[in-house]
Amino acid sequence: MSARMSTGRTVAAHAALLTYTLIALFPVFVIVVNSFKSRKAIFADPLALPLPGTFDPVGYETVMKQGDFFLYFQNSLIVTCASLFCVLLFGAMAAFALSEYRFRGNILMGLYLALGIMIPIRLGTVAILEIMVAGGLVNTLTALILVYTAQGLPLAVFILSEFMRSVSDDLKNAGRIDGLSEYRIFFTLVLPLVRPAMATVAVFTMIPIWNDLWFPLILAPAESTKTVTLGAQVFIGQFVTNWNAVLAALSLAIVPVLVLYLVFSRQLIRGITAGAVK
Amino acid sequence: MAARRPVRWHIVVFLAPAVAVYTALMIVPLFGTLLQSLFNTDGQGGRMFVGLRNFATLFGDALWSKQFWNALGNNAWFFVVHMLVQNPIGVALAAILSTPRLRMAAFYRTAIFIPTILSFVIVGFVWKLILSPIWGIAPGMLDMVGLKSLFAPWLGKEEYALTTLALVSVWQFVGIPMMLIYAALLSIPDEVIEAAEMDGITGMSQFWKIKLPLILPSIGIISILTFVGNFNAFDLIYVSQGALAGPDYSTDILGTFLYRTFFGFQLQLGDPYMGSAIAGAMFGIILVGVCLYLFGIQTRLRRYQF
Repeated sequence: MSARMSTGRTVAAHAALLTYTLIALFPVFVIVVNSFKSRKAIFADPLALPLPGTFDPVGYETVMKQGDFFLYFQNSLIVTCASLFCVLLFGAMAAFALSEYRFRGNILMGLYLALGIMIPIRLGTVAILEIMVAGGLVNTLTALILVYTAQGLPLAVFILSEFMRSVSDDLKNAGRIDGLSEYRIFFTLVLPLVRPAMATVAVFTMIPIWNDLWFPLILAPAESTKTVTLGAQVFIGQFVTNWNAVLAALSLAIVPVLVLYLVFSRQLIRGITAGAVK
Repeated sequence: MAARRPVRWHIVVFLAPAVAVYTALMIVPLFGTLLQSLFNTDGQGGRMFVGLRNFATLFGDALWSKQFWNALGNNAWFFVVHMLVQNPIGVALAAILSTPRLRMAAFYRTAIFIPTILSFVIVGFVWKLILSPIWGIAPGMLDMVGLKSLFAPWLGKEEYALTTLALVSVWQFVGIPMMLIYAALLSIPDEVIEAAEMDGITGMSQFWKIKLPLILPSIGIISILTFVGNFNAFDLIYVSQGALAGPDYSTDILGTFLYRTFFGFQLQLGDPYMGSAIAGAMFGIILVGVCLYLFGIQTRLRRYQF
């Protein structure tokens, strides 16, 4: 019997959320709607929906004729998923060690790992490139995965250790008394309990990786390893006055990350409900 | 019990992969950069150790220091706008979203987070379109409600451009505080809420008296993330105003200043040594901010175990 909301309050809540939803989605709506219209119609009435008279997929045709967008999508997907996996696994392990055990240098190690949140990894680009050249990893997706793993780890460790501190000690100690190894405690007791935090970290790690332009440009600019953001950016540079094509390319660049996000968003909901039930 | 053992290998195993990748690809390259800020060209293609002279130039030389303080001031304002607009809106949205049995909560949450997943390329492009005085949708929409006189080319005016961009950035990133606070609010156990209801604390006072104190650590996290994110910001300014951060450097922040100095832009040649010095200064600013938080605030926050 938790608080039953009065109707007025519910209406107010929906009104507030709906208003903000409109603000959030309006610019996306503008891009997608105009990408389906003819050039003339884009300028005449930017807010109108594409009607039979103004519908024109010429932008998409141009995009499809140009680069190999499907390959770009595949590259981005591989890089994003692999980096995400490494960040979550390594990050959770390190966060557990930092939040669970007292050992000499614990605070120092925490600060050391948190250092990476403060400085953009881009500042070290030249040295990173030298390392990749030495390792023969230039123009491979592996190079990107390694860099993004390093980039995502500090934040993951920071957030996850904050959440792991609130996992009950009694539970872990009960596991120890039952003879579980520290690894089993981590993988079977703690990890399921911090799933909401993991999903949150996943979403936050994924976005900058998917949208990054900098490292693909420097470490893997070859045609076979181009990511979708780099592909779209190159495209915008070439077609700056061809609005149909630019809007279509931008719409296409939104779709995959949106799908990935929706997938993880499901996980997020599942994780949150699973975590809330004790 | 376990502490008696000389080496607890599981700690090493837990820490090793993260520390290895992170050290090799982040710390080593970054320290290379910091080290470089202590050098400058010797005029013959080599480099020589100059100690802190680059920093003396950055803070003391009129040409450099004017740009530096301008960028720092703009960056501070950028941060203030985020703290005053983004985080309160994020917390408010999360609080509304987490009301029990709210219909379509998943839809709202998903929709409000969508701007955050867009790349800066898209965000810069679309807001320039919307706010453009020529094609722009904003003047037309203001005209519809009879407020056309309020319209100004916000991105082109020195006095508005930075605030406009800060608000665009708020629009883009409000989903992050919302998600973190939402997760924190959901992890408050029902028993606590039920106990509060037994005592007659409901609605707004329940939020202020029960939930807010419980989510304070999360609010601390988002504050420090906002601080770090804002002082590293670069992309949005770069894609919408270019590396010169116009009009007349009014939107120049530390990230764009660093980029211009490090890589050069148009007629300006890149100067890796002064660029490294700026990177060092940014590092110092952020380090001070984070330490203030870690030692001044985080240690005083009370944590509750459920």
